[in-house]
Amino acid sequence: MNSNNVLIKAEKLTKKFGQLVAVDNINFEVMKGKCFGFLGPNGAGKTTTIRMIHCVLPLSSGSLAVADMDVSKQPRAIKAIIGIAPQEDNLDPDFSVLYNLIVYARYFDIPKVEAQTRAKQLLQFIQLEEKSNVLIDELSSGMKRRVVLARALINEPQILILDEPTTGLDPQARHLIWDKVRSLRKQGVTIILTTHYMEEAAQLCDRTLIMDNGKIIEQGKPEALVKKHVGEEVLEVAYDEEIIGYLKKGFPDAKLEIVNDRVQVFSNQPRGIFTGLLEKFRYKGAILRDANLEDVFLKLTGRRLRE
Amino acid sequence: MKMSYFRLPKLSYRVRLVWRRNFDVFIKTYLVNFIPPLVEPLFYLVGLGFGLGGFVRPQEGLRYIAFIAPALVAVSMMYSSFFECTYASFVRMYYQKTFDAITATPVNLDEVIAGEILWGATKSFINSTIVLLVILIFGLVSSPLFLLIPPLSILIGILFASIAMCFTAITPNIETFNYPSFLYITPMFILSGTFFTITGMPHALQLFAKLFFPLYHAALLSRALALGRIGSHLWFSIGWILFFTPIFFILAINLMKKRLIK
Repeated sequence: MNSNNVLIKAEKLTKKFGQLVAVDNINFEVMKGKCFGFLGPNGAGKTTTIRMIHCVLPLSSGSLAVADMDVSKQPRAIKAIIGIAPQEDNLDPDFSVLYNLIVYARYFDIPKVEAQTRAKQLLQFIQLEEKSNVLIDELSSGMKRRVVLARALINEPQILILDEPTTGLDPQARHLIWDKVRSLRKQGVTIILTTHYMEEAAQLCDRTLIMDNGKIIEQGKPEALVKKHVGEEVLEVAYDEEIIGYLKKGFPDAKLEIVNDRVQVFSNQPRGIFTGLLEKFRYKGAILRDANLEDVFLKLTGRRLRE
Repeated sequence: MKMSYFRLPKLSYRVRLVWRRNFDVFIKTYLVNFIPPLVEPLFYLVGLGFGLGGFVRPQEGLRYIAFIAPALVAVSMMYSSFFECTYASFVRMYYQKTFDAITATPVNLDEVIAGEILWGATKSFINSTIVLLVILIFGLVSSPLFLLIPPLSILIGILFASIAMCFTAITPNIETFNYPSFLYITPMFILSGTFFTITGMPHALQLFAKLFFPLYHAALLSRALALGRIGSHLWFSIGWILFFTPIFFILAINLMKKRLIK
């Protein structure tokens, strides 16, 4: 692997808040031009990691370099090449949509005329030109997320950080954001994404990293992770003592996961079990479906509720 | 570790960008912003100056209205900068997350806080200059030295804005600002030689005012400049302000960093 393509490199990165170890000695590399996803339950340390990347949280120990610059030594230069769309909307409610972008451009020393041009182009990009003179509070949450995305792009960043970009959005707005992320990636922007939606990660990310309790528990390409941890397909059946007995006895290698009134069967031969069930029980409640990243996520992080 | 409260801030021209954001908001709503500082001192001048003034014997050899008029200029310096950097800054920091948005750019937190303080000082300048014009029209200014009051208002504004920012850095929520407002600002408003000369107060209280009430010094200097009553007694006030302004300014930035950078 060509080390020149490494844009972000974390080594033994650790962040403590008092007694709490939020990020625990993690190593990772983000490649230039790729979309990199941080997955994990609430409190896993995703946002903390991201806040260290864009230089607003000091490290407790370890090292973190962005574009070959040390986050603790060159925060200004690093922040100049990063655009961030934070989890919480922090648009300026005192200004209109357009003026939000223009004021933000000023913080990056972008000249006024250039800022105007870019702001207008970005509003076109997020399809909100008609809202340009509207105050932020009058926008829907989906529109606000789009403005946050536009604001993150005002400095033409090399790295775009999206912290849960689609949480709480309707499917239309979510697909629009996804389209924009894909087109930015095509333009060569490196994207870092955190999300709770596994479908989102599978759709967008070239590489994902799953965190839990401050540690990285797995990383790789989404498809590869699915194949490695779950296989091609998952069998689901309605909860039934007799069937569970049959599965346990007939397929000791299969792993049964009981979720409420459903049983998920993880096995290297789900199709075989499926036909077996159908023949033996004439059972119609069984479903064979493609394995997905959510299966991996739940398998690795467990089903226990967080927080 | 104690030294970390007085670490020198890292500032650049970017302070101006933060200041400019607040200025832009101010200009957008200028009508709302100019009326209160214009109207409020009128009530004091009319109510206290003309009304109460008829019963009060001259203070420090001055007609009552002439005594309180320059103090009202100093009071507006205090109120405008103190409230800008308590309630208004807290809203920007906590509710609007404006500080988070700005620190995600090449601007650092030191510059955000310094910009906020300079904006508070600008409010002091704007509001107190309006009051100064009012008392000028009332014929209550008798020395050309009054021209030094606007620059003084910036310095006094930085001082009060910095003190305010220290409270903002430690306040758990917006309601808690009632404590500094009612237990510090209100007594200072009354007991700083603003509405009566402090020489009538018990000695301990006089000393307390001189040591802990910046408004005492601000009112003294404002009166001296408006009326041309210059003397060596002003040096203590000038020294007090010049000594404490940088201390509170640096302390405010460090306390804010402790609050916001974990």
